[in-house]
Amino acid sequence: MRWEFHNDAPIYAQVMERVERMIVSGALTPGERLPSVRTFALEAGVNPNTMQKALTELERGGLIYSQRTSGHFVTEDQAVIASVRAELAELHTDRFLQDMRELGFTSAQTAELLHRKLENKEEE
Amino acid sequence: MPILTCENLSKRYGTVQALDHVNLNIEPGRIVGLLGPNGSGKSTLIKLANGLLTPTEGQILIDGKAPGVETKAIVSYLPERTYLADWMSVRQILDFFQDFYGDFDRERAIAMLSHLGIAEKQRIKQMSKGTREKVQLILVMSRRAKLYLLDEPIGGVDPAARDYILNTIIGNYDPSAAVVISTHLIADVEQMLDEVIFINGGHILRHTSVDEIREEMGKSVDALFREEFKCF
Repeated sequence: MRWEFHNDAPIYAQVMERVERMIVSGALTPGERLPSVRTFALEAGVNPNTMQKALTELERGGLIYSQRTSGHFVTEDQAVIASVRAELAELHTDRFLQDMRELGFTSAQTAELLHRKLENKEEE
Repeated sequence: MPILTCENLSKRYGTVQALDHVNLNIEPGRIVGLLGPNGSGKSTLIKLANGLLTPTEGQILIDGKAPGVETKAIVSYLPERTYLADWMSVRQILDFFQDFYGDFDRERAIAMLSHLGIAEKQRIKQMSKGTREKVQLILVMSRRAKLYLLDEPIGGVDPAARDYILNTIIGNYDPSAAVVISTHLIADVEQMLDEVIFINGGHILRHTSVDEIREEMGKSVDALFREEFKCF
């Protein structure tokens, strides 16, 4: 199944975010070897150049590392994973707040709704 | 060095100017979308590149050479319409390709065909339209060519066949070769393209990377295309 992409960001940036999520959520575990660029590109349905660019960027950020002959691996550095998790959380919260503003919710109304939802979740 | 170069390339059919002084370079390792409405010059450009047409003016070069015997050995072309004789079996067609093209990788073709469950004794006329399109693409992508020219490879096939075709193109990616895909089904191919060429009325309107369009304009190639080629 090819990955779905939205329209307003470069494909490589969306591939990066997707891989970050796989690592943060534990779908890819620390030290795990990633599929080869070609296989991963096929899985995503993207150009191998795009996948290579995404992996190079992730490597620059320290979330993955590469070994010349054996490919790319997920970092074992929990601090790096934790900081990416925090960044993703910020990103999603910002998106959520932006959406709520567009719907005409004040900060107080958003907070109130959020509390109510979270309380309901806890009761379940 | 670019694998494909157009210098002031023009093609006229009688009074119709199909291509008008086109300048273009395509580098190896790139997957390029040639995008334009019907009658924009896409097929003319592809036919000039493989020597089926000759320029009225200017020149087109493949790996530095004018189209001819030498360039046909390194250009793998998927025409818009199928050209496989329907009385032939898969084995006969494999023989045919092996005779014609020194760079044909029979093993690779057989592996892809058997993956689809297509037997060598099967005849073209026993196949559905979608299967024929897949077989033809497999043959074209099984050549170790330097330039792949795919004219509307996903027109008229169902979404599953479309995914198969796109995956076959990605799976055969070779960093030393370029792939040019002409299509008007942009949303389907966008995520696998490095760069796009917008063509209309025989003019190149835009030749840029997909990332650039998305990064700088904040929209997809599909959206940009719809804006620029809006029918009033």
